[in-house]
Amino acid sequence: MYITFDPGRRLCALETLLEADVWHTIAHGVGEAHSMGFPMLVPFSPWCWLLLLVVLKCSEASSDLNKSTNSTAQHEPNVRFAAASSEADEKISVFALDYDYVQIPYEVTLWILLASLAKIGFHLYHRLPGLMPESCLLIIVGALVGAIIFGTDHKSPPVMDSSIYFLYLLPPIVLEGGYFMPTRPFFENIGSILWWAGLGALINAFGIGLSLYLICQIKAFGLTDVNLLQNLLFGSLISAVDPVAVLAVFEEARVNEPLYMMIFGEALLNDGISVVLYNILIAFTKMHKFEDIEPVDILAGCARFIIVGVGGVFFGIIFGFISAFITRFTQNISAIEPLIVFMFSYLSYLAAETLYLSGILAITACAVTMKKYVEENVSQTSYTTIKYFMKMLSSVSETLIFIFMGVSTIGKNHEWNWAFICFTLVFCQIWRAISVFALFYVSNQFRTFPFSIKDQCIIFYSGVRGAGSFSLAFLLPLSLFPRKKMFVTATLVVIYFTVFIQGITIGPLVRYLDVRKTNKKESINEELHIRLMDHLKAGIEDVCGQWSHYQVRDKFKKFDHRYLRKILTRKNQPKSSIVSLYKKLEMKQAIEMVETGILSSTAFSVPHQAQRIHGTKRLSPEDVESMRDILTHNMYQVRQRTLSYNKYNLKPQTSEKQAKEILIRRQNTLRESMRKGHSLPWGKPAGTKNIRYLSFPYGHPQPIRRDPKVADFTGDDSSDSELPSIMFKPYPRTGTLQERRLTQEIIPMKSFPRGGKPCHFGYPRNTSQEEHVGAGRREALRPKPLFHAVDEEFESGEESEEEASAGGSRWSAEHRPSKQYHRSHSPLLQRK
Amino acid sequence: LGSRASLLRLYHRFRALDRNKKGYLSRVDLQQIGALAVNPLGERIIDSFFPDGNLRVDFPGFVRVLAHFRPVDDDDSGMRDPKQPEPLNSRMNKLRFVFQLYDLDRDGKISRHEMLQVLRLMVGVQVTEEQLESITDRTVQEADEDGDGAVSFLEFTKSLEKMDIEQKMSIRILK
Repeated sequence: MYITFDPGRRLCALETLLEADVWHTIAHGVGEAHSMGFPMLVPFSPWCWLLLLVVLKCSEASSDLNKSTNSTAQHEPNVRFAAASSEADEKISVFALDYDYVQIPYEVTLWILLASLAKIGFHLYHRLPGLMPESCLLIIVGALVGAIIFGTDHKSPPVMDSSIYFLYLLPPIVLEGGYFMPTRPFFENIGSILWWAGLGALINAFGIGLSLYLICQIKAFGLTDVNLLQNLLFGSLISAVDPVAVLAVFEEARVNEPLYMMIFGEALLNDGISVVLYNILIAFTKMHKFEDIEPVDILAGCARFIIVGVGGVFFGIIFGFISAFITRFTQNISAIEPLIVFMFSYLSYLAAETLYLSGILAITACAVTMKKYVEENVSQTSYTTIKYFMKMLSSVSETLIFIFMGVSTIGKNHEWNWAFICFTLVFCQIWRAISVFALFYVSNQFRTFPFSIKDQCIIFYSGVRGAGSFSLAFLLPLSLFPRKKMFVTATLVVIYFTVFIQGITIGPLVRYLDVRKTNKKESINEELHIRLMDHLKAGIEDVCGQWSHYQVRDKFKKFDHRYLRKILTRKNQPKSSIVSLYKKLEMKQAIEMVETGILSSTAFSVPHQAQRIHGTKRLSPEDVESMRDILTHNMYQVRQRTLSYNKYNLKPQTSEKQAKEILIRRQNTLRESMRKGHSLPWGKPAGTKNIRYLSFPYGHPQPIRRDPKVADFTGDDSSDSELPSIMFKPYPRTGTLQERRLTQEIIPMKSFPRGGKPCHFGYPRNTSQEEHVGAGRREALRPKPLFHAVDEEFESGEESEEEASAGGSRWSAEHRPSKQYHRSHSPLLQRK
Repeated sequence: LGSRASLLRLYHRFRALDRNKKGYLSRVDLQQIGALAVNPLGERIIDSFFPDGNLRVDFPGFVRVLAHFRPVDDDDSGMRDPKQPEPLNSRMNKLRFVFQLYDLDRDGKISRHEMLQVLRLMVGVQVTEEQLESITDRTVQEADEDGDGAVSFLEFTKSLEKMDIEQKMSIRILK
């Protein structure tokens, strides 16, 4: 590496040496990889990348040592041009290095990249996510970066200060929380949530603050200069919990929905409340004359608290409606839809902040309001974009904050005071326990389904602090808080403790509390029956539906339907483009399904009559084992009705495929029985309702988009109640469309294995199947004019149908690739 | 048959499902519960609401089926008058309900074929026929005591005696 010569650089020799060393090790590693063959270079494990990055950063850090020496010439990034010209007597350097120009964005990008690579590594080892929350990982990465920066004496770029945090880093995190919140359970439990989150935060804040104040009065600890207000402020910032981070850990344990909602709701509102409290107390602290704080001021403070909260929500709702209204008109420029969504949310935050109202609550309310209508209006791709982008932004923000935390951890600005720190930890736990048990005791009196002690223990233990408290501590104004370092240290300790110790042990704890009795191996019989009963129970629960306070919800829904929807959602959703979109998706999906393995089940070479063995057949234990294995791996999982939210990613799930399969098979058998003259009235079949449901597994209880029949559904609203809150894992929505359509295409394929019954399929031309599933094919078939965008496969599909005669399976013509796998049954499946 | 509050809720639910306000539910109404469509046993569950080939189910019938899933109160069983018919949510009746899911032709036995059908419903498509067959064989074999190749109700109950049916087949909200 060539460095421009500059008389001021004393250390260049050292640097070159260091770098040479560094490059040497890299070269060595690469060399080894080379010896193993070229292809080996490519699959570097994530840890190698990590190492590489670390090394890169070291090298850049060392090269940056000059920054401090060149104080005069480089206070502006474009001064380098001037510098170059001032050194006209030097030779023109062939290679030049100007790190300062790009330092800040470069390092920020590098940090984010590092964190992402760490996450990849984290998830590669698949057991880890179940062991510890992802925040642990982020903290470790942050500490690592901090160590590097500290070790190389690098001056960290001033990325985090008050305005940057509150204006840029915080809103995405809050927005994501608000957007992905499941609205129905939230509003069902809203009383308990407000009670718990609001009062809980207040109790914690004041409790911790007051107890710490009492401790500070004890002269032996040397803390007497910390006055009451400072303690209260500390209490308020330390009570900001981030329990969602641990949710991923006990996902598999069946956490029931209200509990989930409580944790989620608390996370959502808690940040807002702590920030409001924090600001009020800072305002109080600024009133220098502590003794002059009269009860009037305190009352004013309380009033302010309420106004700030309510005002924020109000602002949020208004902006939500405005943005919903605007998205009504964006059908031709769908590319700006995500922009509108994000800008309006951000605007609501800023507008609220201008008036000193709570921006956090504003942006949350905006996200919640907006979501319902925007999702109906916005195009499919915009919808996916919005979701992913939101996750990405919040993930970036959080990473940056954690990196900051890491940087602050490893540094010289700590003040360690045993008493303060230990008591802080102790009081945090004690007060959380007090608030949980007291508040839930009260709210249980009013709930129909009270929370058990077990639930309360889980809530208590999930009080993990996160990035929020650190940021608030970091941003304490030093002028008002001479002992700021101590506060920061204490906050860091609490965060580390809760995240690592509580985060890691909460999984086992929850599993312990959720004791399962089936340790012994069950017979195959039992396994089958147990699974059957689980499915049955889930099914009956679905029949029962969700029970909630109907009146209020019904009223809201009526109002919503009559007025709001008319204003805020688009009319006349275009149908034809949708259908062709569906078709495209399906086709691809169909091909994939065929090719990847659904058709591997066509090993139906042996007619099953041959297998009929009566009488006892001695099965060896291995056989039984393998059977058990087959069962456990292949039986459909019971639909989980509990929510599940993953803060850090949106990942598709296997149950999505499972649901598709089940649906397809069901459609299949129903179709069969239709053909055979079964008297199943199809009328308005699982049609749109199914679809409604189908969009469900993707985590959003949103109405079917693009459903042309939506307007017809008066009973529409009640179906929301049927959308039980299952997998609340936000998925890309393309799945739903695919599912719907798939049923049409894949059905013939599925019918095949079913015991060789002659499957007479026709195209459902009969009018009885008018409004069929997702308007599948059937709908597509009839209103021909809609299909200007028709693919040629489609048309040929129809023709081949004509050819197909009875006496065999009729295959969906679009399913051409599958035809080659088709067995002897139908001679029809000729490729065109 | 349940507390007043839960009956009321069930009634609301019945009304909500009954889209055209006919006063009874037909198959279609139940099929429109989206969640059931993705339940592998969806069709059978719906069928269980329409015993004896009826095409309609009225509210009492609806409740009767759901009553099977009421959680069992411990104090109930102690004081029960043996002459009265067993409450619907007793263990026996819960098991009978499950049995009926298997036994489609209502002959009182789960034949091998019926077992195979149920197994097929519940297992993904990647399992081959042969595997399914052998699993079915094994299942029937484990439960079948009198060697007739089918599982009668008694054999069925016996094979599940260790399981906590009451807890598995209870829905909290129906209490």
